[in-house]
Amino acid sequence: MEERRAEPHDGNTDGVSRRDFLRTIGVGTLEAAVLSAAPLPSEGAPAHTGDLVPLVLTVNGRRNALEVEPRWTLLYVLREKLGLTGAKPGCERGECGACTVLIDGKPRYSCLTLALEADGHEITTVEGLMQGEKLGQVQEAFVQEDAFQCGFCTPGQVISAEGLLRKTPHPGVAEIRHGMSGNLCRCGAYDHIVKAVQHASEIRK
Amino acid sequence: MTLYDTTMPDDKPADGQPAPAGLKPWGETKVVGTRAPRIDAYERVSGAAIYTQDISLPGMLHAAILRCPHPHANVRRMDLSKAKNMPGVRAILTHESPSADLPWFFGDKGPMSKLFDPHCRYEGDEVAAVAADSPHRAWDALKAITVEYEELPFVSEIEEAMKEGAPPVHEGGNRGRVRTSERGDIAKGFAEADVVLEETYRTSCELHTPMETHASVAQWDGSRLTVWDSTQGVFDVQKTLAQYFGLPSSSVRVIGHYMGGGFGSKLELGKYTVITALLARDTALPVKICLSREETFLCVGNRPANIMQLKAGVKNDGTISALHLVNVGSGGAYPAGSGVGYLVQDLYLCRNVKVEETNVFINAGTARAMRAPGFPQCAWALEQMMDALASKIGMDPVEFRLKNVPAYSQTRNNTPFTTTGLKECLTEGARVFGWKEAKATIRREGTIRRGVGVAAGMWGWEGSTVSTAIVKLFADGSANLNIGASDIGTGTKTVMAMVVAEELGVPLERIQVENADTATTSFAPSSGGSQTVVANSPAVRKAAVEVRTRLLELAAEELKCTVADLSLNDGAIQTLTAPARTVPLHELQSLAQREMLVGVGHRDPHPQGKIPLPFAAQFAEVEVNTRTGETRIVKFVAAHDSGRMMNRLTFENQVFGGIAMGIGFGTSERRILDAGQTGKMVNANWHDYKIPTAVDVPPEHTCISVDPHDTECNNTGTKGLGEPATIPTAAAIANAIFDATGIRVTQAPVTPMQLLALLAGQEKGGRQ
Ligand code: FES
Ligand code: FES
Repeated sequence: MEERRAEPHDGNTDGVSRRDFLRTIGVGTLEAAVLSAAPLPSEGAPAHTGDLVPLVLTVNGRRNALEVEPRWTLLYVLREKLGLTGAKPGCERGECGACTVLIDGKPRYSCLTLALEADGHEITTVEGLMQGEKLGQVQEAFVQEDAFQCGFCTPGQVISAEGLLRKTPHPGVAEIRHGMSGNLCRCGAYDHIVKAVQHASEIRK
Repeated sequence: MTLYDTTMPDDKPADGQPAPAGLKPWGETKVVGTRAPRIDAYERVSGAAIYTQDISLPGMLHAAILRCPHPHANVRRMDLSKAKNMPGVRAILTHESPSADLPWFFGDKGPMSKLFDPHCRYEGDEVAAVAADSPHRAWDALKAITVEYEELPFVSEIEEAMKEGAPPVHEGGNRGRVRTSERGDIAKGFAEADVVLEETYRTSCELHTPMETHASVAQWDGSRLTVWDSTQGVFDVQKTLAQYFGLPSSSVRVIGHYMGGGFGSKLELGKYTVITALLARDTALPVKICLSREETFLCVGNRPANIMQLKAGVKNDGTISALHLVNVGSGGAYPAGSGVGYLVQDLYLCRNVKVEETNVFINAGTARAMRAPGFPQCAWALEQMMDALASKIGMDPVEFRLKNVPAYSQTRNNTPFTTTGLKECLTEGARVFGWKEAKATIRREGTIRRGVGVAAGMWGWEGSTVSTAIVKLFADGSANLNIGASDIGTGTKTVMAMVVAEELGVPLERIQVENADTATTSFAPSSGGSQTVVANSPAVRKAAVEVRTRLLELAAEELKCTVADLSLNDGAIQTLTAPARTVPLHELQSLAQREMLVGVGHRDPHPQGKIPLPFAAQFAEVEVNTRTGETRIVKFVAAHDSGRMMNRLTFENQVFGGIAMGIGFGTSERRILDAGQTGKMVNANWHDYKIPTAVDVPPEHTCISVDPHDTECNNTGTKGLGEPATIPTAAAIANAIFDATGIRVTQAPVTPMQLLALLAGQEKGGRQ
């Protein structure tokens, strides 16, 4: 699977726009298209008519045996088949990051990942960051810094922050801004999101 | 900095009458004004919050809507035979379905269209809808419906639409009547001016695109309808749905506990909700619809594009002698309004003002209120003009604005404002920003040029006063607050709980809020127009005070003292007289016997003879790269008079969010229609329509609450915040770009391409 986000540049990372970021996404999209393209639908005909394929999906440490349509995205299966509604559909076309989950510890857009592609990988959703009923550290930092407004982008932001901190435990502000730039927030809570990531980086053991 | 007298010598303000008797705003507060994390933060960060899109009911079907792909077309024929027989498809609605033959209204204009109008006037107009047992099957069925369209001539641009012989969007042509309002004599005002400037400013159509796309779930139980809706106002949706289905209000329950943003686009009932309810009735199953991201670009509202000709006259001493605004805007294919005039009429002192506004139909999605409808557009024109005027008369732009701060509303008979914090917003903002120093020392030469700019604003609506709140105090000293308001992300639930905590001394974590459910909560107006805190917090406070009064009476009786001897702190009653006693509420027998105390609070009317409105001033420092045309905002200071700041954390968050939205409006966001070719929107997605990301907001952000301690506006001393936060932003950036480059960018957004072209022109023609 392609690296989801552009690597932070050395020094000034602020100059990297979402456009660059999306360029790297594009590769992932192509890959997804190839995987799902079995028989090409003729004009106007339905793409698939519900042939189900068995799949074992490991989510938040639990193995789930499922039957899925090949065209179903990981986001759809998480939400509609496993009841994990934390990951949100913001655009379902790889533009917003509301659907972000960790796949093998790395943030990925689950709307651009077919469920079948996730076979054999470890998936972590925002629900998986909880310790029982207790919030995880990144979540706690988001609470303390008020790093959201409507909250619809928030599970994706939290997961991206988690992924960023796993890779870069002590990011600078520029790295945080860049690292979080694949997650849109229409409410514009960015300032507090950056503070929350800093805060989380301090409290994470 | 000099402060000017803000009254005009011979204009007398209307007679002030005393504010209604009742609770006075707080002096010192313990909870209100602190940095309180949200009471529903846990739900929002854990994924536990259930938004409409997360709802799943047994047997639930999924709906999808087929939309017209053309900007203007008649539906000639439809073939549903294939779609009907597809697996999982349960119902299809078109304009030929008897149950869907319903009129559709736009404002108070009467029925102008139908739920499915075979005459499609914009790309995205509803043509058919399907309910199927999975979203994929619903989409499959849409693809299998064949529609024969008669494509009609269309018009995508305001100027084109106004031309003689332009394709009419509606019978009777595209141009609405000119709405004019005038005070004084502008001809005289311009004659008196030492400097007269005229400029045409343009703003682009901006889209709300909230993160949660519009969504509804509908379920019928006999003749009762329950709808979960991602809405800003459950009562509004309930009322309109009841009218549509001819049901008593009590038979329509609308629930909107969590919603993922609206910015105005979720202030009204959408066709998709009615369609979903119809499909649910036809199939006798619950039905859910979630619009696609593309649909949110096409058919659930926008901020109209405007062309604003502004002429202004000023005297050398800084007196604005005349303002004349001619605005033409387009709210799309149906009447939605595109007026912008308010700021020109009310933000600064000026005796001679004329505003002429025209709305024009084009074949594009209809506008809906978007965060301060009309105001950021008008600020774009007026505040750039103020900057230009200041420089012509050699006055500092901050000083110039200060000279013209009004103490009363000129659009409303010179009725005084309860407070005008604009002066303090400008002076405090300038101080914190380091305005004078920056102006004097900033580097305006070279490839990377810096500049600073200021812009001011106000919001022109004081909000509704119809709101009721209920506070319940349990015998263990914990409390429940019941309010009808939606929390659209502004922290409404938290702020209201803070009011209860303030009055009852109950810790925030022991307060639970029940909100936004027409069946179980009391009435509140829709959350929009910066009215949520203003409309609801005074009612909440009154409800809490009622509980407190009753509680102290009971305690006085039980503890054998007078109410005056008691105080209520940290969940306990304290006697102020010897012997000092602290009785935790759960030990109070009289409370235990009653199990619960209930207080009901109704919002008082606005003060008579005074107008409570919020003000703002924002300051930007930008860096313009003259090689790439890119603008980077390096520093931003926002100073806001929104009355009392209720929660420092959510206040900051909302201001920064407003600024982010203003940055989008000013630098990157615009609907692009393929004018003259296909007429379709070519950037109906977040890849091509750029909204700000984490790297696009200023790294250095400060916001200041300039609280004028308004004791008259209402009993919590609050004025609105959501809209003012986004009004001056784009203009402040444009003024900073001018400071950096000498280029006046009149067209929003200022894209790198546009700026580069202007810079190239400047090189040819010399600096302006
Ligand atoms: S929902 Fe996946 S990126 Fe927007
Ligand atoms: S909090 Fe609303 S979109 Fe981010």
